[in-house]
This record gives sequence, C-alpha cells and structure tokens, in this order.
Amino acid sequence: MKSAVRLQQVWVGYGQEAVLRDLSLEVPEGAFFIIIGPNSAGKTTLAKTLAGQLRPDRGKVEILGRPVGAYSRQALARRVAVVPQYTPVDIPFTVLEVVLMGRSPHLSLAGLETRRDLELAADAMAATQVSHLAKRRLNQLSGGEVQRVIIARAICQQPQIIILDEPTASLDLAHQVHVMDLLEHLQKSRGFTVIMISHDLNLAAMYADTLLLLAQGQVVAQGEPAQVLTYDRLEQTYGCVLLVGENPLMRRPQVTLVPGRMLAKTQSYLQQNGLTGQGGAAREKTGAGGDRRGGPSR
Amino acid sequence: MSLPAHRLVSRLLRVCLMLGVLLLVSMVSGMLWGSSATAWQDCLRALLGRSDPEEVLPAILWQIRFPRVMLAALVGGTLSVGGLVFQALLHNPLAEPYILGISGGAAVGAISGILLGLSPFPGVAALAFLGSMGVMLVVIFLTPRETGDKRNALLLSGVMVNALCTALILFFVTMTQDARLHNILYWLMGDLSVALPRQIFSLGLLLLPGFVILYLLARPLNLLYLGEEQAGYLGLNVTGVTYLLLAVTSFMLSAAVCQSGLVGFVGLVVPHLLRLMLGPEHRILIPACLLGGGAYLVFCDLLARVLPSQGELPVGVITALIGAPLFIILLQRSRL
Repeated sequence: MKSAVRLQQVWVGYGQEAVLRDLSLEVPEGAFFIIIGPNSAGKTTLAKTLAGQLRPDRGKVEILGRPVGAYSRQALARRVAVVPQYTPVDIPFTVLEVVLMGRSPHLSLAGLETRRDLELAADAMAATQVSHLAKRRLNQLSGGEVQRVIIARAICQQPQIIILDEPTASLDLAHQVHVMDLLEHLQKSRGFTVIMISHDLNLAAMYADTLLLLAQGQVVAQGEPAQVLTYDRLEQTYGCVLLVGENPLMRRPQVTLVPGRMLAKTQSYLQQNGLTGQGGAAREKTGAGGDRRGGPSR
Repeated sequence: MSLPAHRLVSRLLRVCLMLGVLLLVSMVSGMLWGSSATAWQDCLRALLGRSDPEEVLPAILWQIRFPRVMLAALVGGTLSVGGLVFQALLHNPLAEPYILGISGGAAVGAISGILLGLSPFPGVAALAFLGSMGVMLVVIFLTPRETGDKRNALLLSGVMVNALCTALILFFVTMTQDARLHNILYWLMGDLSVALPRQIFSLGLLLLPGFVILYLLARPLNLLYLGEEQAGYLGLNVTGVTYLLLAVTSFMLSAAVCQSGLVGFVGLVVPHLLRLMLGPEHRILIPACLLGGGAYLVFCDLLARVLPSQGELPVGVITALIGAPLFIILLQRSRL
C-alpha cells in the first residue's frame, strides 16, 4: 500500500530545542491514524510536520510519494487540509464565506468562485451540520460550531489527507461522536487519509485503525489500538495509574482514569489481578503527572 | 461576500457605479466652486466650453482646479486603499496608512527639502518620497524575524520609528523661525494646492500598476483574516504576500503623500465606513475604497477652499474635523 505521509529520521525544533528527535514513521494511504501522547510530547509539531507546514531541520518528509519540497504551497493545500486546534473568531466573514475559502487552493490568482464551488461548500456544511448557520458570523457561534465550520472548510478543500489537531476538544458528547463518525465516513467512502491528534484515549481506541503513542518527541509505540494501549506503556508514558479494560461493545481497549483517593485500592486491585509489576515506581519518577516540562502542548 | 462569480461581479459593478457617480459629482463640484469669487454658473458654462474664448476662466478651471481635484481624488483613493490593506495585513482596526512610519519619514524628507529651499515639485516631493521609503525599509529591517507575532512586531517598530521622526520634526519646527515655518506646517497638515498637471500625470502612472497588483491580491487579503497559520494551510505564501503587499502599498502611499503632505483620517474613516456598509470582501472593498476615498477627499478639499472667507485651510484640518467624530460614531455602531 502507498503511504500518505512518510517521515524518515526527522528532527524538528524551535531554536535550540529539538521537539521531534530522529522520528521515522509511515501513515498508510486511507488510514484512520490517531496520534496520542502526554502534553509537550510534540504532537502538534508532528501534525504540522506531517502537513508539510513545518520543515524539518534534518530528515525527509514525503507526502503522497513525493518530497514535500516538490509541492508549491497551493499544490500542497489541494492535497492536505488542516484543522488547527484554535481558530481566531474575530473574523468578520460569514460561515458560508469561511467554508468557501476552502476552495482557494483550487482557484487561480484572480479566479472567482463558481457555482460548483458553492455546491461543494453547501455539501461540506451539510456534512458537518452547520448549514443553518451559513449566514452567521464566526464570532456569533459556540466553540463547537466554529470547530465544525472549520472541518467543513477542510472537507470543501477536497484534500486526500485531512489532519486535525484535537478536533473534538471543545465538542459535547453528541458532536464528538458525530464528528468522529463523519471522519470515519469520509475515510471509508471517499478514501481520505485521516490523521488526528487526540487526548481522548477511548475515542482514539474506538475509531483509529492505527494509533501512535508519542512522548518526548519520539515514537513510543505504533500499531493497532490493542497493541499500543497497554497498561505498562501508558503508565510509563503518562506517569499515572489507570485501568485498561476492554470496551464492552467491541474488541478495543478502554482506559479508565483513577482519582488520587482511590490509588491505594487500585494498586492492590492491579496486583491481585496481575495487571502490573511496577506500579508506583513510574509515578514517583515523573513526579506530579505527565506534564514533565510544564509547557503548553505544541 | 464571497459568492459565485456572477453575483460578485454584479455586486462589484453596482458598488463601482454608485461610488463612481459620487466621485464624479464631487469632482465636478470641486471644479465649480473655489476660492475665486466667480459664480458657479459661469464656471459650469466654461466647463462646458460655452464661455468667450478670450476669458481666463477656462484656464483657471483646467490649469488650476482640475489638477487639484485630480490630486485630491488620487491621494484620497490611495490613502483609503492603503488604510484598508494595512488594517487587514496587521489585523488591527486602528491601523492607518501612516502607522508603519510612512508619515514620519515623508515629513522628515519634506521638511529637509523645504529647509534646503527646494521647489515643492519635484524637489520636496522627491525627498519626502525617499524619506518615507527609507523609513519603511528601516521598519521592516528592524522587525525581529523570529517573533511569533510578526504583525505586532511590525506595528511596534513602525510606531517607534514614527516617534523618532516626530522628535526630529519638532526639532526642525522649533529651530525654524522664518517664512519656511508656514510651508512646513502646511505640509504637515496636508496641502493639495500645489498640484501641477504633469505631477498628476506621473502620480497616476505610478499608482496604476500598484492598484492592479493590490486587486489581484484581494482574495489572499481575505484569507489573512484567518490568521497566518490558517492562511498558510489554505495554500497562501503568507510571508511572501505580506511583504509584497507592504512593498506595493508603501510605494503607493509614499508616492501620494509626498505630493499632498500628511492628510490624516482618510485612511482610517473611509475603509471602516465602507466595510460597515459593504462587508469584509476585499474584492469589493479595494475598488470601493479607491472611488469612495477619492470622493471623500475631493469634498473635504472643496470645503477647505470654500469655508474660510479669505485664503484656505489645509485639507488635513477638514479631514480631521470630519473624520474624528465620524469615526467615533462608527465605533459606537459597529462594536469592533
């Protein structure tokens, strides 16, 4: 199978500090690929690198079989759409206008949007259920509605690869499921490659065909959810005790968080069931939690 | 609004037609009324070529008033488009054409020219042009490359360099005691009275390619509203477009300002007014600002000539007197 994106020994940094270190990975075409990992693991940096927006200091990035440098920005935007974590809402444009901007990589410099472009925008808005907001301005919408508008814009871009940075973070439960179902549908029916960053391990486990666990700029594990989401690995990486069970509906792992007051009980429960060997050791080593460097997620 | 082609085009034509008529009316009025005591009926007759061939009136109209009205239209249009572009580029509603130091640089150049005793055109204008372009380069050069928010860095560099220039201007003004002080003050407040026909022609020639380039970049300007990051995701070369827009706009503004002096508020009020009426689509706003800004400054210049019983006011006084209250009213209504 062809790869959608391939990184070979990639180093990416901001100034002196390397955020991604000697990272190699391959996202197969048509995959539902979800990147998980603790804060400041380098997830957002990885997403921007996969999108071809951040050029590595060292190493190679290939998108759809060609080196990223071989694409013009416009040509890249026709193939890769990005839904960023944060969208400024102080934009005077309406929802329809913002979604139509997804067509700009397909337009020439002085080119005008055609009826076809409008139809694509209408389809994309229907798919993310924002059609009724078409004439509203972005600053009149809730966070979840803005997120769905930006996803509609990405769909309107007609890309082959869609990269999303925590798209469900500001959504309520129904819209989380709806957005994930929509992405799954796009992946299955239109052959989109979906690459997503998520903090929600359960959502990731349910939808991903490939999970990538990232920590400190390096790949900890990559594979099917059941291979990646094991107790020891998660405890090591996140530095907290948790329960890893199985989703009652499907053969996928399910992760349960453990509150501090339940720690002692959990430790004995884990040991009784032979679920872990090293328990608290990893916790002490990493201190208060997974946020080792204390900075915001990049 | 971004709409399918035919709706955008028809909307553009409607807007251009209305503002074009407004500009035409303002220009004809600007030629009919003036500081000379001639009745407007006589001017109209002369304008239509029905006066005696011996009369001096046609000469006054075509040699003095016409270049002046044209200069006002060109400068007003350029300042408005410049303000519009900077507001989008810097993502700041308070950005005006002078915000990146163009006024300071032009003023220092022009004052040097006046103090050296050069003629208003081309001497003083050339120095003003060099001054503003020079300051622009300094601002761009001084802006740190590695900052996260280049727009704020540009803005702050511009404000600081402008402050430095203001200090120089005040120094010059304080040290000047003779009649040149009057010239300096008029230049600083904006003065359209020195227009010569060949000056207008060359200005128009300089501005035309600039407007074409800006119009071609109108859709990318829309994208810049989404922020640099998202505009990049949509295929825009943000850095390239930003510097191209900066270069073209500064060149056009320098070319205009060096002939008119510092006419204030046009570049702030006109884009805001038009954006409020027409929405944020730059493919509509750029031509609208060109025509509307031209009409606005021609009217202001007319008032500057007609209002005082003797002599005339610097046009910058009128634009500020109208512009400041108008802007406050807009602010109340628009909830930026």
